[in-house]
Amino acid sequence: MKTLVWVEHDNHSVKDATLAAVTAATRLGEVDLLVAGADCAGVADEAARIAGVVKVLVADDAAYAHGLAENVAPLIVGLMEDHDAVLFPSTTTGKNIAPRVAAGLDVMQVSDILSVEGPDTFTRPIYAGNAIATVQTSDAKLVITVRGTAFEKAAGAGGSGTVEAVSSEGDRGISAFVSAEIAQSERPELTSAKVVVSGGRALQNSESFRAIIEPLADKLGAAVGASRAAVDAGYVPNDYQVGQTGKIVAPEVYIAVGISGAIQHLAGMKDSKTIVAINKDEDAPIFQVADIGLVGDLFKVVPELMGKL
Amino acid sequence: MKILVPVKRVLDFNVKPRVKADGSGVDLANVKMGLNPFDEIAIEAAVRLKEQGTVSEVVVVTIGVAKAESDVLLTARAMGADRAILIATDDEVEPLGVAKLLAKVVEEEQPGLVILGKQAIDDDSNQTGQMLGALLGWPQGTFASKIELADDAVCVTREVDGGLETVRLTLPAIVTTDLRLNEPRYATLPNIMKAKSKPVLRKAVADYGVDVRPRLKTLNVVEPIKRSAGIRVADVDALVSKLREMGVAK
Repeated sequence: MKTLVWVEHDNHSVKDATLAAVTAATRLGEVDLLVAGADCAGVADEAARIAGVVKVLVADDAAYAHGLAENVAPLIVGLMEDHDAVLFPSTTTGKNIAPRVAAGLDVMQVSDILSVEGPDTFTRPIYAGNAIATVQTSDAKLVITVRGTAFEKAAGAGGSGTVEAVSSEGDRGISAFVSAEIAQSERPELTSAKVVVSGGRALQNSESFRAIIEPLADKLGAAVGASRAAVDAGYVPNDYQVGQTGKIVAPEVYIAVGISGAIQHLAGMKDSKTIVAINKDEDAPIFQVADIGLVGDLFKVVPELMGKL
Repeated sequence: MKILVPVKRVLDFNVKPRVKADGSGVDLANVKMGLNPFDEIAIEAAVRLKEQGTVSEVVVVTIGVAKAESDVLLTARAMGADRAILIATDDEVEPLGVAKLLAKVVEEEQPGLVILGKQAIDDDSNQTGQMLGALLGWPQGTFASKIELADDAVCVTREVDGGLETVRLTLPAIVTTDLRLNEPRYATLPNIMKAKSKPVLRKAVADYGVDVRPRLKTLNVVEPIKRSAGIRVADVDALVSKLREMGVAK
């Protein structure tokens, strides 16, 4: 089978989520990549070094600068004449483009796959991960989004793909990028961090979230996350949210501080290798999934922990 | 301008789904059903635009069991939708089939904006809005946390992985809602009583002449592997030594 993986990037570098999609694609067959962007030659060179890649197709046009689905989807639909499957990381941009490609090809997309069971068979979470379905598609072409935490990342080096330019489909003229507010942070990215420290509603306000959670995260070289309750209460911005409707993370160590463990939250972090929970309520559901639990008041425990690390 | 809001009847979000013993799916017999929460946000967004005076009519549509008329479509009308369309079927229709049916409804209704939930909390597909956009050739503003209507365009602020992004879409357009777009109002009892007199157009899938046969076959459904509770540590010292064992702390 010939597969195409859409590369997520910012016109400067390949985003990590792409590498898990490449691994999923190698389970199906030969892997080509698509880099659609503007002034993105550096991204194409980097993509060609990803292990196992045969060809990197590059569509370099201002119309692709911001990954607008209206412009990128028709490009991919055209490239599917030569490919049997297209895979996207399950990122917000991947999820935005993929169904537009699927409908363009008259294909029913398989969303957020957890495993490849065969050339047409996949597992995927339903009901916020409360059930896992095995589905088999009857479509001739495959359109798939890949849950990043479910697949190992392909090596970012060692490959020697060839780079080939493809012609642009141009700007459809129905959508335009206006602005972005992307948080700048020195900390590792939430979805690819080895250690995540998350805070919940028990932090009480944004000042104490900053004073308690962030220093602990920095001491451990960790990313900072939050429960939906903490986000809804305005302690931290939306993009911190870990959970069914936020980000799905699976770090080596997940430290949940003052998080009760609603199903919504567990759906976003239960695949973490080790879960550490600090909560003053000994009956909090988070303790049912935690590998290491400490019952105590976070306002006393975390400062003490900081002092002893 | 008219707004079309497609909605889905799903297992109530407060009910814990139970996988059937034979692995054929999730048990939906005798459990509470309700509006998909993201669709409630879509209805609220449409009704608010109408209340601001920029929109003349809000039409809701659902594809599903006939019972939807007396529960989710009633709730939608009680929240402020002016009328409803029920496309009745007892079969499960996949997002691609739903998008094809909705494209036909759009042809008939000619809305300027279609607002949908970003995903349904049962199959978690996150596809229908984008697919409808492709079929109609309309632009899409997915995962919206803010919608601003102008004369011939709509500006949509989207929740993206790194933060927020704003796009400008030429009308007609598709918007899919994220959680923080608004807090939907409750359907009050007086409004539910009044909503009963708002019209419902009853249709069948066959009326639209599109092929909605499923492409995906569910081979089985299982519960995820459960994590078991680990150990409790007595104090911070014990926690520190565990973190050191794991190599997280020096």
